[in-house]
Amino acid sequence: MSARAVSFELNGEPVTVLAEPLETLQSVVRGQLGLTGAKAGCRQGGCGSCTVLLDGEPTLSCLVPVENVEDHAVRTIEGHGETDGRSALQAAFHEGFASQCGFCSPGMISVAAALLERNPDPTPEEIGVALSGNVCRCTGIAPIIAAVSDAAGRMRERREASA
Amino acid sequence: MSAPGNGAKPFDVIGRTHERRDALGHVNGSTTFSGDVSFPRICHMKAVRSPVAHARIRGVDFSAAEKVPGFVTSLTAADVPKNVYTILCLIGVEPDEEQVLAAERVRYKGEPVAVVVAETETAAFEAAAKVQLDLEELPAVFDVEEALEPDAPIVTHWGTNYFVYEGHHCRRVRHGDAPAAREQADRVITGRYQMSPIEHAPVEPTGCVAKPEADGRVTVYTNTQAIFFSLDNTAIILQVPPHKLRFIGGSVGGGFGGKVDVIVEPLATLAAMRTGRPIRYVYTREEEMQVSSTRSANRIYITDGVMDDGTIVSREVTSYEDAGAYSRHTPYGCTKHAANASGPYTIPNVSIDVHCVFTNRTPSSAMRGFGVTEASFALEMQMDRIARELEIDPWELRLRNAYRNGDERPYGKTTADATLVETMHAAAEMAGVELSAELRAMTSNDRGQVAE
Repeated sequence: MSARAVSFELNGEPVTVLAEPLETLQSVVRGQLGLTGAKAGCRQGGCGSCTVLLDGEPTLSCLVPVENVEDHAVRTIEGHGETDGRSALQAAFHEGFASQCGFCSPGMISVAAALLERNPDPTPEEIGVALSGNVCRCTGIAPIIAAVSDAAGRMRERREASA
Repeated sequence: MSAPGNGAKPFDVIGRTHERRDALGHVNGSTTFSGDVSFPRICHMKAVRSPVAHARIRGVDFSAAEKVPGFVTSLTAADVPKNVYTILCLIGVEPDEEQVLAAERVRYKGEPVAVVVAETETAAFEAAAKVQLDLEELPAVFDVEEALEPDAPIVTHWGTNYFVYEGHHCRRVRHGDAPAAREQADRVITGRYQMSPIEHAPVEPTGCVAKPEADGRVTVYTNTQAIFFSLDNTAIILQVPPHKLRFIGGSVGGGFGGKVDVIVEPLATLAAMRTGRPIRYVYTREEEMQVSSTRSANRIYITDGVMDDGTIVSREVTSYEDAGAYSRHTPYGCTKHAANASGPYTIPNVSIDVHCVFTNRTPSSAMRGFGVTEASFALEMQMDRIARELEIDPWELRLRNAYRNGDERPYGKTTADATLVETMHAAAEMAGVELSAELRAMTSNDRGQVAE
């Protein structure tokens, strides 16, 4: 087996990489593409720190061979910013002290973005369930859940203002 | 309110929310952690670890590992200029005792015997797995009290399983005459308390990247919590002047005390010097769980002499803290434990023995208040036990015995700036606990006004 070219969409732009057999999406994105926002906490699908969005769905990039994402759309934390540089979720995490060491934050925000896409008004319990695969060892989960609720409110206000 | 002095900024921090400097980078993914740093031609390091807790090393065979495509080099104890050290040598703690790489004996399961360096991480894993260790397993000890029995297997190189404090077999505090006071007490209340080791489990594994520079220095990107401890110990272990090393840290993806040891930097730096190439040495999740330091396991015995009104007249504490196979920060943790083992209470007669015990378990080290937290757990459980036995409200028991300004601590200091009584008042209010008028009237300055 030898390396082969794999093309996919990354944060809205087309990319082509030369991937070794079974090389992970995490390895390619953090290594040759240089986007280190998705972290490598366990590399066995246990911590959630490497989560990216694959066609909008939260995906553990440490477990996915990059060949599997051929012709699909990948969004990393670097692709979440909006006009002021922060998405509503990023702003809520930033201002709500939902990030302490910061290592789990990109994965948490990626999972929360997918949640708010399919459920714009989640209960704290629903947020907790959605984030249950993401480990935080610093802040405790409470400020993180509060930040997701806060972001949902900010997004609702924005929708109402533009309606 | 303004600060005194010319042009000083006003005091406006307390009570207001201030943005964290580093939070924007955390939420947009731009914060650089040490694991995010990479360089062309970087090599990867993996450790060869002991599968048993105690063994004599008869041999290490690299012949199969060296045939793995991408193998670059290997290091053993013989390659490390000062292989035996102790991290707190920087503050005068002796003796040197921890091996950077095990030479003749492994003392805990997972102790590194060698490291291999390879072109890719996969090759490094494969090469490490192919290093053959020839070990003669030895009897091991895993319990702090069994380790102090006369026939216990000896873990250390100096022949006892305890750390020696200024000639003593344990860290001791003596204040008044506790055994005599216990004889005069209305009751004697005893407790045995035990804590298991606790793993910090940071989401970011311990690791670093060491990069040799053209000027002969090595730059080390590390997630240590103690950048100068790590730099100075690396310089000592490698026997190079500290100015040959440049350590860059700052972003720690969870530490909690678990990243103050000096584990990955010396070997990565040594390999960078040997190969002339950047070296990445990052723990796997398994290594983080198995071999990184823990909070020490503890067994704590408390014997209190108590009067029927709740006055504690004597407290005798015997603690055993499990250092694991090497000292790291545990001798220091035992000293903190000894200073705090009578609690934030004024007890006129105190006797404390804290044993820093070596076993064949994973070395323990710093973790959030280490030494003190374990003491607090045991003695607050003990305070609740006293309250139950005397049928006294546990708030009243604590408030009556709480230390006051001017009281002498068991280790000889005079209490100043105490706020325990006031803090307990605030805690009671937050918890919705109604305290009696007498308890509410207490202050940290009222010792002497309360009838003895």
